[in-house]
Amino acid sequence: MSAPAAAAPAPPTSHLRIEDVVKRFAPGGAAAVDGVSLDIEAGEFFALLGPSGCGKTTLLRLLAGFETPDQGRILIDGADMEGVPPYRRPVNMMFQSYALFPHMTAAENVAFGLRQDRLPRAEIAARVAAMLDLVKLGHLARRKPHQLSGGERQRVALARALAQEPKLVLLDEPLAALDRKLREETRFELVRIQRRVGITFLMVTHDQEEAMSMATRIAVMSAGRIVQLGTPQQIYEAPASRFVADFIGGVNLFAGRVVGAERGLLRVDCAEAGAQLLVEHAALAPGSDVAVAVRPEKITLTPEPEARNRLEGRVLGAAYRGEASTYEVELAGGKLLRVTLTNTQRTIRPLAAGQAVTLAFEPAAAVVLPP
Amino acid sequence: MTGRLSLFLAVMLAVGYAFLYGPIVSLVVYSFNASRLVTVWAGFSTHWYVELLHNQAIHDAALISLEIAVTAATGALLLGTLAGYALQRYRRFRGRALFSLLVTAPLVMPEVITGLSLLLLFVALEQAIGWPAGRGMLTIAAAHVTLGTAYVAVVVEARLAAFDRSLEEAALDLGARPAKVFLVITLPLIAPALAAGWLLAFTLSLDDLVIASFTSGPSSSTLPMVIFSSVRLGVSPQINALATLFLVTVAVLVTVAGRLMNARAQDS
Ligand SMILES: Nc1ncnc2c1ncn2[C@@H]1O[C@H](COP(=O)(O)OP(=O)(O)OP(=O)(O)O)[C@@H](O)[C@H]1O
Ligand SMILES: [Mg+2]
Repeated sequence: MSAPAAAAPAPPTSHLRIEDVVKRFAPGGAAAVDGVSLDIEAGEFFALLGPSGCGKTTLLRLLAGFETPDQGRILIDGADMEGVPPYRRPVNMMFQSYALFPHMTAAENVAFGLRQDRLPRAEIAARVAAMLDLVKLGHLARRKPHQLSGGERQRVALARALAQEPKLVLLDEPLAALDRKLREETRFELVRIQRRVGITFLMVTHDQEEAMSMATRIAVMSAGRIVQLGTPQQIYEAPASRFVADFIGGVNLFAGRVVGAERGLLRVDCAEAGAQLLVEHAALAPGSDVAVAVRPEKITLTPEPEARNRLEGRVLGAAYRGEASTYEVELAGGKLLRVTLTNTQRTIRPLAAGQAVTLAFEPAAAVVLPP
Repeated sequence: MTGRLSLFLAVMLAVGYAFLYGPIVSLVVYSFNASRLVTVWAGFSTHWYVELLHNQAIHDAALISLEIAVTAATGALLLGTLAGYALQRYRRFRGRALFSLLVTAPLVMPEVITGLSLLLLFVALEQAIGWPAGRGMLTIAAAHVTLGTAYVAVVVEARLAAFDRSLEEAALDLGARPAKVFLVITLPLIAPALAAGWLLAFTLSLDDLVIASFTSGPSSSTLPMVIFSSVRLGVSPQINALATLFLVTVAVLVTVAGRLMNARAQDS
């Protein structure tokens, strides 16, 4: 703890406050969590998103009390969690492996926390029934975990984490163990349940689609740090770095150099695109190196003759995905682009490989990023 | 594997099994022999089993053996569980390697050495502090605890190694204190291993002859000791009957212990 900070700390108002938390597993080694600060408000569905090994689970374990931070503070409703053991924290965790007690039935699993709270029997029974109903498992209350399917186990784990009505529920990759179809259905289900109980959810995931479709806010992590924080739309439409742009959805990146600015548009000379691109952005000093990022679905085919940011290329290949098709287009200079076109009609004829195409995108569709 | 065994392999297998189990089979068969002579078959009879029922010396020895085995297995369970837990859960403490070696050494120590050294210890203790006064069931049980502890520790350690730690963390997270977590989560889940360890220690104690001979006193002959000494006076078919019963008991216990040790399929 540094001396001046202790003098008069501003009263923390947020529900969960993480202040500059650092965790190293080996002294002097790389930090698994490297100076994370975060404020989460009550009732939020917050997602921590990042590639494997970036420290998401470690951060959750710090919040749950299974690890102690080397530096920094964790406050829940203003109470410092330092030295508070896991069994006294107003936080429940849903483990990636679910960690259901194999020798107890679904109902006993859900009741476990309530028993520790020494609630009266009748109340425990009522709460367990309500929780199991919430996750639509009332009829399987007396099954043991090994008699349940993966999706059912996941629900029991959720009910168990919610039963004590904690202030905060930590979910470590809650959907990772489910198959694709079930995972997509469960997304909506989880959001619905969170709205219903009103408990703050902090979810960890490495699946950007999952984070975007469920969370109210997302923190993107990389190598133990938060690299961007925002709503799903902010993160997707205004990524702050090449890493975020690339990690969240596909993106086409052009390296370039600022030529000048005109009426809110930045003119960037991109050798890779073989053209000067116009991008909506505040003025930058001419000569600065930048990257221009365009999402595949924001590029149009067969543009109007007066369209700006026109690019000529040749189709290399196509991937039909049902609702849309993604094409790989090679520009004259050899640069590869991805273009996604929605299949608005059943009889749309796919572009053939080798076909010459003209592409374009609006200045507002692109983002200027640091190189 | 190829479909059929060659004739040579089949013969070798039969010879091997015959060598291993032939004597035991003949012992079981002759325990039902009507003749007094061990080497002459004179028809089927359960005569020797009936006679065994009325043999007081063997009854006494059997009771002594059982009492020692229960005591020793229980002691070994307590110590071995603690040792196995320490070895698995505390990966780094000073002297861990030495501790691990010492706990498991009795597994490979020649029984003669274990028995002799314990005898010397008991004698020296008696001279120094007057306890244990003489040798008997207590000293045999204590000696068997040393052996059984090693087995229990190994079984418990293996079980804990396969244990999903997140179960304990989940219980902590839900508000159970560490001691409670051990009692309601860890213990029930490793219970099969504990039962298996107890049965192994029990079986070891039941059929140990060497260590018991070193550490026994005048009125504490165990069943194996009684069998061994009576065989030296000539083999009575009664001993065959006793050995058969013994064999069945041990086989059942070891099978149950093996089942319990493999009872992992459920928790995943
Ligand atoms: N108990 C531990 N001891 C040593 N290093 C650890 C430990 N737990 C995690 N680490 C390291 O800390 C880093 C972050 O791990 P963490 O489990 O938090 O990643 P993650 O973001 O959850 O990844 P994933 O998406 O794969 O689950 C990794 O480099 C990992 O090797
Ligand atoms: Mg993880």
